Amino acid sequence: MKFRTFASFVGPSVFLMLLFIAFPLVSVFTQSFQLTQPVMTTVEVETCTPGFLTQTCTTETKTVPKLTATGGVETTTTWVGFRSYQNVLQMDKVWSAVGAGRLGDILQIDFWKALRFTLTFTLITLPLVLIVGMGIALAVNNAAASLKGQIIFISLLPFIITPVIGALSIRWLFIGDGILTVALENLLERDIAMFAQGWTIEILMLFYRVWHVAPFAFVIFYAGLQTVNQDTLESAIIDGASRWERLRFVVIPHLMPLIIFISLIHLMDSYRVFEEIVGFTSQAHVISLQWLTYDFLQPDDSGNRAIGRASASAMLTMIGIVILLVPLLRRTWRDHRGSN
Amino acid sequence: MATPRALQQSLPLKMASAGFLIFWCLLAAFPIFWIAVMSFKTPVDAFAANPLSVIFGPETRARGSGLSILDIVFGLTVLIVAGRMAFRRLPGWVARFTPPHLLVLGWLIGALAFAIVFLVVFFGILPPVMGVLNAILGPLGNPVIGLTTEHYVAVWGENAFYRNFLNSLMVTAGVVTVSLTVGTLAGYGLARSGAGIAFWILIIALIFRALPHSVLVAGYLPVFINSAEILRPILGENAPTLYGQPLAVIAVLVSINQPFTIWMLRSFFQNIPTDLDEAARVDGCTHFQAFRWVIMPVMWPGVITTGLFSFLLAYNDFLVTSLLLDAQNQTMVPAIASYFNRETTTTDQVEAVAAAVSITAPLFLLVMVFQRQIVSGLTAGAVKG
Repeated sequence: MKFRTFASFVGPSVFLMLLFIAFPLVSVFTQSFQLTQPVMTTVEVETCTPGFLTQTCTTETKTVPKLTATGGVETTTTWVGFRSYQNVLQMDKVWSAVGAGRLGDILQIDFWKALRFTLTFTLITLPLVLIVGMGIALAVNNAAASLKGQIIFISLLPFIITPVIGALSIRWLFIGDGILTVALENLLERDIAMFAQGWTIEILMLFYRVWHVAPFAFVIFYAGLQTVNQDTLESAIIDGASRWERLRFVVIPHLMPLIIFISLIHLMDSYRVFEEIVGFTSQAHVISLQWLTYDFLQPDDSGNRAIGRASASAMLTMIGIVILLVPLLRRTWRDHRGSN
Repeated sequence: MATPRALQQSLPLKMASAGFLIFWCLLAAFPIFWIAVMSFKTPVDAFAANPLSVIFGPETRARGSGLSILDIVFGLTVLIVAGRMAFRRLPGWVARFTPPHLLVLGWLIGALAFAIVFLVVFFGILPPVMGVLNAILGPLGNPVIGLTTEHYVAVWGENAFYRNFLNSLMVTAGVVTVSLTVGTLAGYGLARSGAGIAFWILIIALIFRALPHSVLVAGYLPVFINSAEILRPILGENAPTLYGQPLAVIAVLVSINQPFTIWMLRSFFQNIPTDLDEAARVDGCTHFQAFRWVIMPVMWPGVITTGLFSFLLAYNDFLVTSLLLDAQNQTMVPAIASYFNRETTTTDQVEAVAAAVSITAPLFLLVMVFQRQIVSGLTAGAVKG
């Protein structure tokens, strides 16, 4: 295919990706070094209240945003260097916490709290999703052929459901005296409030994510299991391999590319954990990196959005995912180069 | 073929495997089933501690709305008959009454007509008939399960959820059409080109796929809010403010989805043998003609599958739509956030449940109809990588 033809096929897609992915990245990068603020002016305001004989008047000076000719708020943009990063990272507090030997204090700072949760969430769900997905795939492979369709249908439901609603549906089972909370209370014979402290919410979030993603891993593993070489399996049996050894030395090596693929996708997706925070309304206890940026972008009470800080936290989030993915990307790269 | 003895499984292993599977199916379906049950009860029943009172809804029944055994039997019969007709008869009717090249349109009209007939029968004819029958038959006609649709009426009527529904419909339809059009071309180009740049585009797309969406939205938001001023020198006085525009959201979602779409479509196109377009080229077609007349007729399975995933992305999105759309143009998923943010009364909560079930119902139908395509889409990405 000539380059010209290739370019006209790929052109629209590349254009969209440049305009809406690459360009925003550049602008986020520049914004993270800028601060945009409304221009404030001080005006003298005289307020009068009706009184007997004479009005009571008071004069006070107020700071109000300056308006432009069209009625919008006038803003200035200044270069502030790394100040937004500093505001997000709060390194001075981190160093003083390290100096005082109280490492727990670092987790009081929003960014580090979010980082801690995002990383533990990503790294704990990854093996769980792989194991549960593999378990379901092996069990379905065992099941009667007539039932497989129905089982796959039911399994797809958690995967396809809107993430916010999936999280909500689990929350509603536990909220207040929800049926599962009561069941747990009867089991453990103690009072339980699932949403009063961070770690119980985190467990629910982990559970939700595994519930949501395991079907994806299951479907892929199940497809992979159909292509396992039967001859290799039979020779393994002749060599006296037990069921577990066959799984460990024949099936799992065969599925290795799929395991890498699922890990790659899962790392990308769970690193941007966000819907759980919204669904479980957990921002008072648990927050994630993506939620932090979202929160900066939401208008505050006076309608301002902290764009600078949002950009800084977005850049930091991005650096994190790049570091996390480098080993897997290098592997994909090598495979791809090899196959071409 | 009988399984060889060595491959046969011991009884405990079979039991464990079956048990695990049953447990998983319960786990997978339960939360969704449960919110569906909750949405039909009064608040007291819906959030009751005892599961039985959530299912049977004594409070709801006491308020005079409930189903008798007769209702349940007849309702289920109508549902089953309708389901069977949809899957057994409908394809035949559609095939008979539509010319082959308008099959998509025929399916749309057929499905719509079927849905309307079903709604009229189920909600229009059945309730009055059952009212008469219940009155005649005495004990069989007494309500046993409390059930009320008042929350759905409140959500769709008073709270004007249909507006959010229309917005969702518009955004998802736009995203699916545009991203398939753009993505198919790119996917074909990438699958048929061995050039180094194709490889680089794919790797960069993979990196873009990993970006958290909030990073990108942080880039759009200031531009979109001030777009009227930025675009004024180019477009003059009618420069639009992109913030709050569903069309802008469509463009954003299409682009965010592009990396995934081109990877998936590329793997589908790689499965179509190159001999096909080479034969067409030998016959004197250009690349575009070969694509239009030879590849397009055989590419539909891949396109439908990719379309489903684009649909899911647009339909399920919370972050982009909640940040880039204002309250008037809100789609369904961010709109539901307003229910649980206010959290004033338990009635609000049950209305939120009803809204959540309303959002989930189309997805449920989607899996029912397109299960095979979804599975093939999930595996296509993995096997080709």
